[in-house]
Amino acid sequence: MSAGTASRLEESAAGSDDALLEVRDLSVTLGRTPALAGVDLTAEAGTWLAVVGPNGAGKSTLLRAIAALVPGRGLRGTVRLAGQDAARMPARERARWIAFAPQVPLVPEAMSAREYVMLGRTPHRALLAAPRSADHDAVVHALGRLDLEPLADRALRTLSGGERQRAVLARALAQQPRLLLLDEPTASLDLGHAQQVLELVDTLRRDEGLTVLSSLHDLVLAGQYADRIVLLTRGRVVADGAPAEVLTAPALAEHYGVSAEVETGPGGVRVHPVRPAPAVTRRDGSS
Amino acid sequence: MDLVRQRRLVALGVTGALLLAALLAAVSIGAVALAPSGVLASVLHRVGVQAGNPLSPMESGILFDLRLPRVVLAALVGGMLAVAGASYQGVFRNPLADPYLLGAAAGAGLGATVVIAYSPNGSGPAGLPVLPVAAFAGALTGVSLSYALGAVAARHGGGSATLLLAGVAVTAFLTAIQTVVQQANSDSLRQVYSWILGQLGAGHWDEVRLVLPYMAFSTGVLLISGRALDVLSVGDDEAITLGVHPRRVRFVVLLAASLGTASAVSVSGLIGFVGLVIPHVVRRLAGSSYRTVLPVSLLAGAAFLVLADLVARTVLSPAELPIGVVTAFVGAPFFAALLRVGGGSS
Repeated sequence: MSAGTASRLEESAAGSDDALLEVRDLSVTLGRTPALAGVDLTAEAGTWLAVVGPNGAGKSTLLRAIAALVPGRGLRGTVRLAGQDAARMPARERARWIAFAPQVPLVPEAMSAREYVMLGRTPHRALLAAPRSADHDAVVHALGRLDLEPLADRALRTLSGGERQRAVLARALAQQPRLLLLDEPTASLDLGHAQQVLELVDTLRRDEGLTVLSSLHDLVLAGQYADRIVLLTRGRVVADGAPAEVLTAPALAEHYGVSAEVETGPGGVRVHPVRPAPAVTRRDGSS
Repeated sequence: MDLVRQRRLVALGVTGALLLAALLAAVSIGAVALAPSGVLASVLHRVGVQAGNPLSPMESGILFDLRLPRVVLAALVGGMLAVAGASYQGVFRNPLADPYLLGAAAGAGLGATVVIAYSPNGSGPAGLPVLPVAAFAGALTGVSLSYALGAVAARHGGGSATLLLAGVAVTAFLTAIQTVVQQANSDSLRQVYSWILGQLGAGHWDEVRLVLPYMAFSTGVLLISGRALDVLSVGDDEAITLGVHPRRVRFVVLLAASLGTASAVSVSGLIGFVGLVIPHVVRRLAGSSYRTVLPVSLLAGAAFLVLADLVARTVLSPAELPIGVVTAFVGAPFFAALLRVGGGSS
């Protein structure tokens, strides 16, 4: 280990008492296309960090890289979980730290909700071993937290979109992770169900001591649920801080090409897209 | 309390009983009818239990030397194809997958055709039966080619779908060669054709002994892979975040399923339909967890092929129908009816 690496290690260990997740200088190249360039971010334990940015900014790639789903040859930089290098963890150990819910989960339609949630217990026992009572308890707990008991023995195919999203969250919860990675958890939900799911996630975060990292394309929701927001544009972090610091009208105009008003209230930051006045020339987002 | 477990146990009990009934019916029915009670007494007698009135020595010869080996072979082949088919479907997350998909059928067909065309008397060095060995080797060659091709292609992106496409390419290629060999030796056409339609006519204990070790190994590996296949059903990415290596699981399961398929094909030819349809029937009736689908498919596939073979040899007796024709002719309408019933209730 070089002296430089050692001092960097000390530095990051010293400065990260509460940092559950530390991403340093993360770059990802997919094929020949650079997707992320030198991304740094930190998530304090027990907080909600939202990654926002326009389409194609690299939000999903960032989450997938943290979940170790990006092939190693296109990846540079480090991901640390409570100071440990995630890349060096065995897959099963990493799976006890991080649970991941992709934007479009592949839901085995004929599987019952209970069986599906039980899959979350996979990293807690040998692959071929039968579930133990601790596994059953965790499944019952997760089903209960997401109000899925009445649906537990129904096939996933018969559940509504919102119920399925709850089943995905229950599976992640049964995994008993420290970090919950949610890629656009509200993408396929209407406004009411989106709000319900985010409220549930927030409750779980508080009650179960989870750290949440989610990508959210909806700035209105991001402003109201996140403790901290990272704004990503073309693979780079262009702003990082409290919602009120990141979601400013000039920043939104610059990076999203949107005309919006932002106000801060008791529920968090509220972003209101406002149609540009006719006299103003339309922004095309290329500025 | 656990509905899934209950359903699994009920399904195992029902298919197990069905298999025993099918075995008993199949050894009793034939040109010489044997009394089922005598059959049971004789079988018990063989394993050292004295009960009831055993069959006469002549009947006993028919049972142990003619019917039983054939029936046992049908059960082994049917169970193997069904459990391999279920495994292929799990690995590829594709309900249309069957055990012949990765070139096993085309490879076995080529191997068998070459032997039938160029070595018609069918015995090779050291008294090895050439036809099954060639079919076995051909099947494994086909699958290996597909896997190698798929692995090369997967390095440039693409997952299990790439492997499926590789299987399609290899199947087309091997079938082309097989057709050329077949055309160049048209005098053996009839024999090749009857092999391709599947046959258990030559069922002897020798063949049972030949394939049993491979099938036992393959079935054992597949039966313990149920949980891993259940994890794969949520997709490769999520399986990885659950701490599972999808490629490793896929490799082990495909290896075992292909070995079993090759051994089944080597002694029975290409019996279609079993590997595709039995797992679907089981899924409809017993639930979709691979912990259930794999063992229940094993029993149901065995029972199905035993009954199909019974039909094949009795309907036009003393002539025999190709068993592949029976499996499709009986199986397809049954499956269609099940789709209708299932579609209406869910």
